[in-house]
Amino acid sequence: MKLKLAISSAIEALLANVLRSFLTMLGIMIGVASVMAMMAISEGAAIQVDQQISALGASNLTVRPGASRRGGRHSGANSAPPFTDKQVQILQQEPYVTAISARNSGSVTVVSGSDNWATQLYGTNVGYFETQSWGVTAGELFTQRQISQSAAVAVIGKTVADTLFEGTNPLGQVIRARNVPLRVIGVLEEKGQSSFGGDRDDIVIVPITTARNRILGAHKTTPKHVSSIAISVADGYIMADVQNQLEDRLREIRRIKPGSADNFRVFNIADFVRARSSTQATMGVLLAFTAAVSLIVGGVGVMNIMLVSVTERTREIGLRMAVGARKGDILGQFLAEAILLCLIGGLIGSALGVGAAELAANVGGFPISISPMIAATALSAAVFIGLFFGYFPARRAAQLNPIEALRHE
Amino acid sequence: MAANSVLSEPLIKCVDVTKTYIMGEQQVHALNSVSVDFIAGEMTAIMGPSGSGKSTLMNLLGALDTPTSGDLFIEGRNLSSLDADELADLRNKTIGFVFQQFNLLNRATALTNVKLPLRYSRDPVADIEARAIECLSMVGLSDRMNHRPMQLSGGQQQRVAIARALATRPAIILADEPTGALDSRTSIEIMELLVTLSKQGITVILVTHEEDVAEYAARKIYFRDGVIVADDRKTK
Repeated sequence: MKLKLAISSAIEALLANVLRSFLTMLGIMIGVASVMAMMAISEGAAIQVDQQISALGASNLTVRPGASRRGGRHSGANSAPPFTDKQVQILQQEPYVTAISARNSGSVTVVSGSDNWATQLYGTNVGYFETQSWGVTAGELFTQRQISQSAAVAVIGKTVADTLFEGTNPLGQVIRARNVPLRVIGVLEEKGQSSFGGDRDDIVIVPITTARNRILGAHKTTPKHVSSIAISVADGYIMADVQNQLEDRLREIRRIKPGSADNFRVFNIADFVRARSSTQATMGVLLAFTAAVSLIVGGVGVMNIMLVSVTERTREIGLRMAVGARKGDILGQFLAEAILLCLIGGLIGSALGVGAAELAANVGGFPISISPMIAATALSAAVFIGLFFGYFPARRAAQLNPIEALRHE
Repeated sequence: MAANSVLSEPLIKCVDVTKTYIMGEQQVHALNSVSVDFIAGEMTAIMGPSGSGKSTLMNLLGALDTPTSGDLFIEGRNLSSLDADELADLRNKTIGFVFQQFNLLNRATALTNVKLPLRYSRDPVADIEARAIECLSMVGLSDRMNHRPMQLSGGQQQRVAIARALATRPAIILADEPTGALDSRTSIEIMELLVTLSKQGITVILVTHEEDVAEYAARKIYFRDGVIVADDRKTK
C-alpha cells in the first residue's frame, strides 16, 4: 500500500465534496466532543475525590472508641471507654506507624475583646499536625514541651482568625475559651471545605493537656483520655493488612477477651470517601457510555457516506485498477478517506469538547480536568471509528472487478 | 510482416484461450479456444461484431480478466501463474490502456491524470512530474497540462488518456474503440498518434468496428462467435 498516495487521493476526494465531507464529520465531531466533555467532567470529579482523600490523609487510619455493652445494655457509638496517652504511646511503636495523632474535641465559644465566635476546639498532640499534613502560615505550632506544661497557647484556623481579628495580626493576641485565656501562637494553613461539608478552618487547636486539664475537662472514668486517634501508615504497607494488625494490637492493649466484641472502630477514611463518590463514578460511566454511543452513530454516518462514495466512484476505481493500483492501494485510499474524515472531525470535536467542558465548569460549577491523555483517547477513538466503519466500504471498493467497474455508469 | 518482428518469441502469446460466461442456465463461449500471437511493435486491429469476443480478448490481454482455460503469455510470463498484485504491477508497467470514454479523473488536471500510473508504480520513477510533462508533449498537449478534462475537447481528452497510457513506458498499448467517441477529423489525429507510437516500437492493439480506423493497422484480426475468422497482414 502506498501511504502518501492513499492520503493525497483521500484529501482530493474529501475536497471534491466539501459540504458532504463536513456533514459527515459533524457526527464524529459531536461524538468526540461529548466523549471529551464527559471524560473531562468525570476525570475532574475523580481528581476532586483524590484531593479530598489526600486532604484527609490518604494513608490515614482513624480509630474511635466503639459502642460499650454493659449488662446487656448496648450504648451508642463512642460510648466505650476512650483511649489514653499510654495507648497512643504503645501504638506509636508499631512498625507501620509514621505519625500518630491524639485528639479530644469540644464546642466552645472563643472571645477576643468584644467579639466572640462559636467554634470547635481540638486538644491534640504534636503528631496531629503530621497526620493531617497541616502547618501554619504565620507563627508556629505548639511543641512537646508546651504540651507537657499544659501551656495556654492556641493555633487557630483561618476562619477563626478572619472572624476575630479581621485583618489585624492575631499572633500574640489573647483569646478566651470557656474563660481560659489562650495566647495565639500560629495561624493554620487554609484547608477549605471538608468532604462532609464542614469548614475545616473553623477551628482552635490547643495542646491536648491544656484541653483536658483546663478547658474541656477530664473524662469521668479515664484519666489522660484520648477520644480519637489517627495513624499515618508508612509507604509500602497494604492498608487492609495494617487495619487488621492494628485491630489485633488494639484488642491486646485494651485487654479485650477472645470472643468479646471490639470496643473500638478503625476507619479508613479514604474508603469512606471512595464509597461516597462511587455513585458519582457510576453516573460518569453512564454519561461516557452515552457519549460513546453518539460516536458510534457518527461512525455509521461515515460508513454510509463511504458506501455512497464507493458506488459513485466505481468507474474511477476500475480505472485506478487498470493503470496498476493493487487491491491494497484501493483499500488504503478509501480507508484513508474514512480515517481522515474521522480524524479531522475528531480534532474539531476535541476543541468543541474542551469548550463544552469549560462551559460546564464555569456555568455548572463541575470540577473538570482536561489532560492530553483525554484528547489522545478521544482522537484515537475517532481514528478507530474511521478504521472500523471505513473498512467495510473500502473492502467493497478493493474487491470490485475492474472490468465491471470500468463499465459502470 | 513488419520489419521489427524478427523475434524468436512473440510479445504476447495466446494458447487455446477459452472464456466462458455463465448467463442463467446457459453457457456463453465468449472466446472458444483462441490461439494467437502478437509480435512486438506490430500494430493490430481487432474487428468483429459486438459479442464476437474481441472485447473479452482485450480484457484478457490487459490482465483485467483471467481465461476459463488456456494460457496467456506476456513477455514470456504465464499470466495464470501471477497473483493479483503481480497482475496489477503488470498492468502498471507493461500495459497502457486507452478507453473509448477516456476515463479521466474529472477533478484532476491533465498533468495529474498522466501522473496517476506513475504514482502506483512499484519501481519508482525519479521525477514523476518531468515524465508526465514529457508524455503530454509527446501527444502535443504541453500547453494544456493544467487544464481539467472538462476544459478540453474530446480529442484532447483522448490525447491525455494516451499520454497516461504512455507514462510508465509500457511495451503494449491496448486501445478499446479509441475513436468511438470522436468525430472523424479527430479520429484521424488519434490514429496517426497511435501509428507514431507503433513506429517507436510500442505494440499497439486496438479494438474497432470501423474499417477505415482498422486501415491504420499493419494487421487485422476478425472475430466472430468467439473464434478468429480472418487474420490479415498488410503486405508492403
